[in-house]
Amino acid sequence: MIEGGPVISAKNIWKLFGKHPGRYLANMPAGKTFDEILADGYIAGIKDVSIEVTRGEMLVVMGLSGSGKSTLVRCFSRLHDITGGTLKVDGQDIMSLSEKELIALRRSKMGMVFQSFGLLPYRTVLENVAFPLEMRGQDRHSRRERALEMVKLVGLEGREEYFPRELSGGQQQRVGIARSLAIEPDIWFLDEPFSALDPLIRREMQDEFLRLQGLLSKTIVFITHDFDEALRLADRIAVMKDGTIEQCDTPDQIVLNPATEYIRKFTKDINKARVVRAGALLLPLNGPLPEGGAPIPGEALIQELGQVLVNDERAHLPVADKSGAIIGSLDRRVALNILLGIE
Amino acid sequence: MSVVSITPKDCLVTQFLQTRIALCILLVAFLLAVAKPVLPEILVRVPDWAILPYDVWLDGLFNFVKEDLGLLYVTRGIAAGLEWPLDITANLLYGKRRWPNFDPMPWAAVAAGSAVVGYYLGGWKMAVLAGGTFIWTALIGQWKLAMQTMSVLVIAAPVAAILGLLMGITAWKYSWFEKAINPILSVLQTLPFFTYLLPAVIFFKVGPTAGAVATIVYAIPPIVLMTALGLKKVSPEIVEAGKMSGCTRWQMLTRVYVPAARTEILVGVNQVIMLCLAMVVLTAFIGMPGLGAKLLAMMGSFKIGRSFEIGVTIVLLAIMLDRMSKAWVLKQPQHFERGTPWWQRHIFLLGTIAAFVLFLLAAQFVQVFDHITRLQSLSRSKAIDGAIKGFLNIDAIRAVTEWLRWFLNVKVLIPFRNALLWLPTSAFILIIVAFAYWLAGRREAIIVGVFFSIVAATGWWDRSVITLYTVISAVILAMMIGIPSGILASRSEKWSKRILLGCDTAQTFPSFVYLIPAIMLFGVNDVAVVFSILIFATVPLMRYTVEGLRTVSVEMTEVADMSGASRWQKLRTVQLPLALPTMAVGFNQAIMFAFFMVIIAAFIGTQDLGQELQRTLAGTNLGKNFVLGINVSLMALAFNTIIMRWVRNRNAALGLG
Ligand SMILES: Nc1ncnc2c1ncn2[C@@H]1O[C@H](COP(=O)(O)OP(=O)(O)OP(=O)(O)O)[C@@H](O)[C@H]1O
Ligand SMILES: [Mg+2]
Repeated sequence: MIEGGPVISAKNIWKLFGKHPGRYLANMPAGKTFDEILADGYIAGIKDVSIEVTRGEMLVVMGLSGSGKSTLVRCFSRLHDITGGTLKVDGQDIMSLSEKELIALRRSKMGMVFQSFGLLPYRTVLENVAFPLEMRGQDRHSRRERALEMVKLVGLEGREEYFPRELSGGQQQRVGIARSLAIEPDIWFLDEPFSALDPLIRREMQDEFLRLQGLLSKTIVFITHDFDEALRLADRIAVMKDGTIEQCDTPDQIVLNPATEYIRKFTKDINKARVVRAGALLLPLNGPLPEGGAPIPGEALIQELGQVLVNDERAHLPVADKSGAIIGSLDRRVALNILLGIE
Repeated sequence: MSVVSITPKDCLVTQFLQTRIALCILLVAFLLAVAKPVLPEILVRVPDWAILPYDVWLDGLFNFVKEDLGLLYVTRGIAAGLEWPLDITANLLYGKRRWPNFDPMPWAAVAAGSAVVGYYLGGWKMAVLAGGTFIWTALIGQWKLAMQTMSVLVIAAPVAAILGLLMGITAWKYSWFEKAINPILSVLQTLPFFTYLLPAVIFFKVGPTAGAVATIVYAIPPIVLMTALGLKKVSPEIVEAGKMSGCTRWQMLTRVYVPAARTEILVGVNQVIMLCLAMVVLTAFIGMPGLGAKLLAMMGSFKIGRSFEIGVTIVLLAIMLDRMSKAWVLKQPQHFERGTPWWQRHIFLLGTIAAFVLFLLAAQFVQVFDHITRLQSLSRSKAIDGAIKGFLNIDAIRAVTEWLRWFLNVKVLIPFRNALLWLPTSAFILIIVAFAYWLAGRREAIIVGVFFSIVAATGWWDRSVITLYTVISAVILAMMIGIPSGILASRSEKWSKRILLGCDTAQTFPSFVYLIPAIMLFGVNDVAVVFSILIFATVPLMRYTVEGLRTVSVEMTEVADMSGASRWQKLRTVQLPLALPTMAVGFNQAIMFAFFMVIIAAFIGTQDLGQELQRTLAGTNLGKNFVLGINVSLMALAFNTIIMRWVRNRNAALGLG
């Protein structure tokens, strides 16, 4: 899925909240901790973060409440001005954009879905979806056409003329999603889009979301509290704490090789067998191919391999990639430990 | 970051100190009063030589602004701009001979059209209210008067609403503007209406234009405040959604902020409409024709029947405008299914036009639909006159009203007034300062002291005291009626609702109509003045007593029940203390209303500031008018400051936010 260069590239960005953040940051000695900054009367929303998001990638941002997830995404979309560092979006230094250029960027390239929907209560579903198009001055007819298409895409046909208060939470969020997609953005920000929804609808919306992503393949930054959600969706996961990114890696790496004690705790209760794929445990082929039986597919989750792992008696199992070529072997005991949750 | 913490003990200490200091000030005031015979002149009354000619200076200032700075040209320009739409509505509504020189709209067409609008806004009830009000007005033979009033209202209210909206937006955008206009708005809200009228007459042409201008200025403050409030409350998510949709600043304001603040803005519009109606009626004092002028004339010549009928018309109009605009606030847009044809989407608009046109045509053939002649009118003013006068002449009734009049005058009002007038100015001010210190604190005590010293320094002390005495006596009497009946009513759900509804309705009546029952009962004299203020001020007192008691949380009363408190104990120890801040808000409103009413009552023949103010209307003495107006305003603001601070302190102490 990953192709092309970085769409978002952040180098040592900072976002401080407080009275004179710019002045404070300029005079601040390096290496201050979050709490020391707090003691000086400033909140480090984003603290020295560097990250790149590749074109077509889905980056999931996780972390406890108040860890700076929303702040990070608001910096990317320049709803917040960063205090320090450089931030390039689509090759342009976003802080150097004039108001006009920023508006143009948002009108053509960015879409955002909000945690509590942010629908305009005095506009119908259709008018809400058409709102960004209206703002960029598209004519009535074509924006209506496009909005209808989007409403259909998120499965709200027949409710075009409803007002937000006449819809359920899940339906409202669909409107939010449709609105953010109306301008065909390249970059799509979603700030906890499903967290206000009940588990059943959430599940349904995730499937919907995956379907949309399959159709559209955009560059996505997705915030969530929910590890299962992250695992279902992510190409990479960034885990935040106190304004910094503790680790940013693929889901199985996060689970298998936590970079810090914090990440280890964070991932402790996760059923690893549902995350780790056979390919992630790959051992190089030293010597002969393990004999007998078909090779197991590298992209299979350990959980899905349960039966094979228990029944097969060989110590090493061959692993094949999509084309069927053998790429290495899997240590059955290691895999069984993961399956059974043994550390 | 250092945090200043206030412990409960500190609170108690300041409370204690505050009371001690207040008592000391009171003691000084007492000593001054006792020592009156030997006091130096300056402490008894501000001597003549110390009274500077503020009115002359102000006049000079006004003349400078008016002539030399050329403000007059500006205002005359605005006047011309306003005159044009006013002439159009005057032509359309009551056939004034002005462009476009149509015949006046037939009353039946207006009534039918408004009934459909009423139905759209609030169903059958509203349709009956809207249609019925106009039918009554026509049948009782007051169509032209009502339309004269409405012709100003329909211009003044939208202009005030738009100006207020723009000012509210500016106040929200620029905090310096908000800081600058907030004090001006609070002065405007307490300034007696005569002070609006004279400048309007001087700077704008006499007649409807001046009336419209005074009305507009008078009605602006609440919508400015409501707009700023509504815009501040727009949720950040919506704002961010707007930004991410690529809104420019202008789009942000017009497509996101203002529509999102719709409810607050429309509540402001409702208040604008009601204030406009109240003021349009009062422009009778500068000779504006209409319901107000007729009422003024009828009351002056003691024609009770006609006054009563006009009063009913005004009240009906007020209720109709209030209910319709409130229904508009609550009206949420409803969706139409896709593919609904155009005419169905606009069914009510078309219905209104159809109803209007239908009766417009009918009126060409049926004369009663066009206008009601004198002979056809259903007015029963003579009969009502007779009935009321007969009723008042029943010996028992007469005995009661006359005794009341005698008792109030001789035993209560006059002694109280004389006592207040006897007090040395210095002692009087100190008493009020002590009162402010005790209830509110040092800052308020200083403010109030300064305000009253200014009043004393302008040389209108005695008249101010008379104004104050009228206000205080009326409010005390109103408390004696309003609070107990509020407490009684709050016992039952049903009665609470009725009282709240009744009071809310009564509050929308233009203050002028409160004079009618007073004059009916007591004739044209001092007692009638106090009585009219009393009714007017009882309304908020009763309303807020009920509201305060009803909102005491159930848990609290249950605690009292479980402690075995009797009804009376529960009321005294739990409910009243918790309800007191809310009741104080009602008290504050009662005082503000009283200050408003006492000025209106001038035309009955009071001897206070209002009387002087009314006299200034005859001339061009803007300076004097202003000095008098500011005096009233300062006294009202003094009370407002003390009470509202007390409410805030109290709410904070009770943890009620
Ligand atoms: N506008 C602001 N002014 C001051 N502080 C802010 C502001 N916005 C965020 N913060 C602070 O920045 C920190 C990070 O907030 P942020 O909203 O990014 O957290 P989050 O990770 O999105 O949390 P949640 O999961 O609760 O949404 C918090 O401590 C918050 O208090
Ligand atoms: Mg957040």
